[in-house]
Amino acid sequence: MADYKDIVYGLYDDEEDLLKAVKIAGDKHIDIMDVYTPFPVHGLDPLLGLSESRLHIAGFIYGMLGTLTAFLGMTWIFTKDWPIIFGGKPHWAVPSFIPITFELTVLFASIGMVVTFYLVNGLGPGVVNPTIDLRITDDKFCIAFDTAETDKSSAESFLRSTGASEIHAKTI
Amino acid sequence: MSSYTSPIREPLVTGHKTYHQITEDLVSPTEKAPNAAWITGFLISVSLLGFGLFCITWTIWHGIGTWNLNRTIGWGWDITNFVWWIGIGHAGTLISAILLLFRQKWRTGVNRAAEAMTIFAVLCAALFPGIHVGRAWVVFYFFPYPNTRGPIWPNFNSPLLWDLFAISTYFTVSLLFWYTGLVPDFATVRDRAKGFRRKIYNFLSFGWTGSAKHWQRWESISLVLAGIATPLVLSVHTIVSFDFATSVIPGWHTTIFPPYFVAGAIFSGFAMVLTLMIITRKILNLQDYITLAHIESMNKVILTTGTIVGVAYLTELFIAWYSGYVYEQFAFFNRALGPYWWSYFGMMFCNVLSPQIFWWKKYRRNIALTFFISIVINIGMWFERFVIIATTLARDYVPSSWSYYSPTWVEIGIFLGTIGLFFTLYLLFTRVAPVVAIAEVKSILKSSGDQYTGPNAIHHGSHDDHSDAHHGHAHDSSTHADDHSHSDSKGSTYMQVVKDDLKKIEGIGPKIAATLNAAGINSFEDLSNSDTNTLQSILDNAEGNFGGNSPESWVVQAKLAFEGKWDELKDLQDRLDGGKY
Repeated sequence: MADYKDIVYGLYDDEEDLLKAVKIAGDKHIDIMDVYTPFPVHGLDPLLGLSESRLHIAGFIYGMLGTLTAFLGMTWIFTKDWPIIFGGKPHWAVPSFIPITFELTVLFASIGMVVTFYLVNGLGPGVVNPTIDLRITDDKFCIAFDTAETDKSSAESFLRSTGASEIHAKTI
Repeated sequence: MSSYTSPIREPLVTGHKTYHQITEDLVSPTEKAPNAAWITGFLISVSLLGFGLFCITWTIWHGIGTWNLNRTIGWGWDITNFVWWIGIGHAGTLISAILLLFRQKWRTGVNRAAEAMTIFAVLCAALFPGIHVGRAWVVFYFFPYPNTRGPIWPNFNSPLLWDLFAISTYFTVSLLFWYTGLVPDFATVRDRAKGFRRKIYNFLSFGWTGSAKHWQRWESISLVLAGIATPLVLSVHTIVSFDFATSVIPGWHTTIFPPYFVAGAIFSGFAMVLTLMIITRKILNLQDYITLAHIESMNKVILTTGTIVGVAYLTELFIAWYSGYVYEQFAFFNRALGPYWWSYFGMMFCNVLSPQIFWWKKYRRNIALTFFISIVINIGMWFERFVIIATTLARDYVPSSWSYYSPTWVEIGIFLGTIGLFFTLYLLFTRVAPVVAIAEVKSILKSSGDQYTGPNAIHHGSHDDHSDAHHGHAHDSSTHADDHSHSDSKGSTYMQVVKDDLKKIEGIGPKIAATLNAAGINSFEDLSNSDTNTLQSILDNAEGNFGGNSPESWVVQAKLAFEGKWDELKDLQDRLDGGKY
């Protein structure tokens, strides 16, 4: 049963209530397993103590990789591998390498970032994640507690006191 | 996304929607059986697509000789259509990327469909370079890969190869951007579905959960993709224009081409977005999500870009004359007064003159007119590309080579085929995916829903009860009268008085509005609570001659305006004559 978790979760009807509840949990040092929302709720990340995403740093690195691939690739092809004279221009015609270098920078950055995004999130074609509640993608805002880390009754009383409209227990 | 929205901005989600209603309204089109209009449209599109495929097969089987190209006219309808489709494909990324960076909230109503349109338009466009090369089966020679032919590489100095890279990159990035935005919405569809349908949508949604960390990364990636897609979208049509501008053909060899092409691309893209969205909102009942405010915003973009294009046309003419270069001068003389004069004047009329009507707010908010103009612009932008390509090539340096180009049935068939392909894909898209970005609309509801902002808001001034990160501080400040119609509002008194633009009532001009304000009638609500006799006496007692103005319809109009029934008000005003029945 190591793969299964017993969780307690509460559903809130409004993101304002959710933000208040998460703030209280933070003040009281109650360990939230995760928060699920139908859309990105602003102001949630600092309350949950989530550090800033580093995806953009990864994107920069992928982009640089694209820049180098394109520029060095064209340089190698036109100066070493198969030098051809086009219109009397120099083999190493830097200005005319710029468009392709730019395009590959963008291409590498976006593909790299998107692939990284799905990998680090554990999402992808065919992935089946446990469903906590079907209405989380509709209009409910959910705070979930792992009963292995947070005492079940204290989690429930927390959810009740912060105005959760529904409280459920579930094994996922 | 900014949490601040000026309280006087027009609501972007009307009908007092809750989160659940948004889900219901936007997902239900994918759950119901298609209606007759959809089936008819789909059958027509698929037939056109079928005919197009036949014509493509015909071209590949018999060769390019089935087209009316000749010694000087190397590009005809093929490249005209290519540039036209690529241009149309520019609005999606503009809406989703550039407007995201500018934090324009109205993008949420149209970005999903516009991005889909972009992808389908780029597919249609990519078809033409693929087949116009003649031997379509060796088109992969374009791509640089280690090969046994030397190895010999493509010419990286050639704009045509830059174009290949630009368009492949643009297509890939648009697709990734679009799909990443779709994933949470597919999860919403999944969680309402059962059985096999649920399995399909779980596959499409990549197992999305809605976890806070996932949303954080999702927003991060959206922002960075928008940041890099912005220069990308500008680069794509710039490079398409290089296909022409780097050649030494009079009429093409001009430095104005990149900005002129980019403006034209955005112009035609928005025209196509409007064409599609006006039909889509009607058929799928999305008037609460794609409102008159959205249409008006897009019409402003149309007006701006159309005027930029107009300035570019005139600049070209001036520079051709000013250059003193006879070949350049002839090229433009020939465009306007040569055998293809009809396409030149069609282009001028459709692209430069027709959008000027959008200087008037009344017309920017007229749906039927907007739809008509959007079609006119689509045609006009096709003419533009035809003017640039065909008229220039038909009369080159050697008069003995001059000829007149008109397409064969095969060329026309391929163009119709791409229109069929475009609409087939778009119609399928409306069945499979929510055409409005559900999560994004929900995220602007609290700042732009009509129950929270605008004349119809339910609890004006009571936001402070739950003023956390969201909209609370919209009321802290009293100096945000940035809408021109409120510019006369005086600082601190502003928030206490709900003040509407009474000029929206037909028959009320600035003078009467000021008179009514002086009499304490500031909002649609105030006006709807008055009666005709009171209004008449206010007018009679006021300075100035308002004898010709009759307030008989104002109360009814104001009631509609107060209730946010803008479409009904529009209908009423169409029937009124200067505010009189």
